[in-house]
Amino acid sequence: MANRTASRPANGQNKICQFKLVLLGESAVGKSSLVLRFVKGQFHEFQESTIGAAFLTQTVCLDDTTVKFEIWDTAGQERYHSLAPMYYRGAQAAIVVYDITNQDTFSRAKTWVKELQRQASPNIVIALAGNKCDLSNKRMVECEEAQAYAEENSLLFMETSAKTAMNVNDIFLAIAKKLPKNDGGSGGNGSSGVSLERTDPSSGGGCCK
Amino acid sequence: MDQEYDVIVLGTGLKECVISGLMSVSGKKVLHMDRNSYYGGESASITPLTDLFKHFKKDEKPPENFGPFRDWNVDLIPKFIMSTGQLSKLLIHTGVTRYLEFKQIEGSYVFKGKKVYKVPATETEALATSLMGIFEKRRFKKFLSFVASYKEDDPKTWDGSDLQKMTMQELFTKFGLDSNTADFTGHAMALHTDDNYLREPAIHTVKRVILYCESLAAFKKSPYLYPLYGLGELPQGFARLSAVYGGTYMLNKPCDEIVYDSEGKVCGVRSGDDIAKCKKVVCDPSYVPDKVQKAGRVARIICIMNHTIPNTNNSTSCQLILPQNQLNRKHDIYVCMVSSVHNVAPKDYYVAMVSSMVETNDPECELKPGLDLLGPILRKFVSISDVYEPKDAGEENGLVISKSYDATTHFETACQDILSMYKRITEKEFDFSQIKDNIHTEE
Repeated sequence: MANRTASRPANGQNKICQFKLVLLGESAVGKSSLVLRFVKGQFHEFQESTIGAAFLTQTVCLDDTTVKFEIWDTAGQERYHSLAPMYYRGAQAAIVVYDITNQDTFSRAKTWVKELQRQASPNIVIALAGNKCDLSNKRMVECEEAQAYAEENSLLFMETSAKTAMNVNDIFLAIAKKLPKNDGGSGGNGSSGVSLERTDPSSGGGCCK
Repeated sequence: MDQEYDVIVLGTGLKECVISGLMSVSGKKVLHMDRNSYYGGESASITPLTDLFKHFKKDEKPPENFGPFRDWNVDLIPKFIMSTGQLSKLLIHTGVTRYLEFKQIEGSYVFKGKKVYKVPATETEALATSLMGIFEKRRFKKFLSFVASYKEDDPKTWDGSDLQKMTMQELFTKFGLDSNTADFTGHAMALHTDDNYLREPAIHTVKRVILYCESLAAFKKSPYLYPLYGLGELPQGFARLSAVYGGTYMLNKPCDEIVYDSEGKVCGVRSGDDIAKCKKVVCDPSYVPDKVQKAGRVARIICIMNHTIPNTNNSTSCQLILPQNQLNRKHDIYVCMVSSVHNVAPKDYYVAMVSSMVETNDPECELKPGLDLLGPILRKFVSISDVYEPKDAGEENGLVISKSYDATTHFETACQDILSMYKRITEKEFDFSQIKDNIHTEE
């Protein structure tokens, strides 16, 4: 997460902004599936528990800006309520996911929203995603209820389906539109750290390897 | 948790988290538990400030003008990262650098006579320093240029000295360096905590001076780096690495018993009615008080201040070493200071930590020479903690215990312990290149 600042290429009109986005929600609501759908256009019916990816990146193009999301998955640490505070650190956007066929996951989603309001940056953009909306015959959480809750708390809200891809790109796009894109303003605290990699020429952390 | 694991790790201190990460990355099934509800154990950074006051059982609440309280992340154990040291290598090779941001520490200082001096570590600085007289400077410059060109595998660079055989005292004598110069070379550059190194082969000290100089060369101002938001970010970073590679995390989970089989080897961990089976257990000393022995005591005083340390060029962060000989002690006193620049305190506040190994019955008084250099202090938090080490290496019974964190203000000894634990768990030396092969590179 070395560069989270906005940069404007010298020649082009298109500005690139990078943002850290975190996913939150109960186990098995489809957090990883949403990301997989958004980043790779894939869906696996029996998606394994999250493994092996530090974070994924995907870009969204707006009129004059390219928004690059650095998407952090919980890596399963939410399962026993053991998510490290580092996870929220510097996050500029969050998607809180619940499963529309499971009322408990909706109550947990509300807890995650509270947690974000308490722990994360005050300017964080939060979206609420009612996932698995392809299973509407098993629906336990009414769309209106979630909508009302989202409005009360100034959250973006959409019902999504990682399986059918419904609203998946849209929710990321909506977040991208809502994020502030002033130059250099997206880097959390604005302080630029140093890169450790340059201490180790063998690491390939620099370039061309 | 009623499953079978390869390794169960107890406690989420830095050492335990690094081990957990390395094990998960190499494909081992890891369960990582902590009795606390937060990550880091002793290596946590305490936030908000109200929790720090509670931690030290202060009767008062923090004053309002110390706010915002959430901007404080106060380390319980002060350490800096040598920019080309072992921890740095571990961070890079595991990719944990991606979760963290680092800032350099602005200056490195040493106490001599009654004054504070910048540690000279380049030949140019050696010539400019007021730490030594003109002739001594030239001799020191010669010593530094010998060290800079020294290569262990190339006898041509040895200048006729076999550093494996010669002691460090003999090497100092060879270059005609006086005891003051030896003092700050051994303590402020090689970072030895006592004077035993003088009688040991010179190679150990020369390597440490080389590490200091290389680390300094990487970032110029000082050889040290520090993670934004405090050292507590380090265990969290390695814990995330472990989780990303399949490690299971349970905070707030006490360990009630380590279970052994009929041959006396560990075979599981019990928490309440749950038993998780495993082949190895890794833990910090606090989980196995009957399996560790006391190896000394460390005194640490956290000081909240609203100014930088006098005579350090207004550095917003620095290390200051008071070598034992300057104080008639057996162990050095260390001062580390960080500030709002590292997101560990609100603007215009500074956190200094004074620490040393305890030698008398009045540890607070022992640290006074360090405290005296700080100027006015707003609040002090004193901790005296026992340093424990395992009675048994654990190669036979499968219980591998870390050592407590010592008084040194860098991570080199902590990393030695981590690599030793790794070897005791896996029966293999740690191979930096192999871990890289196991790390997925996405994007």
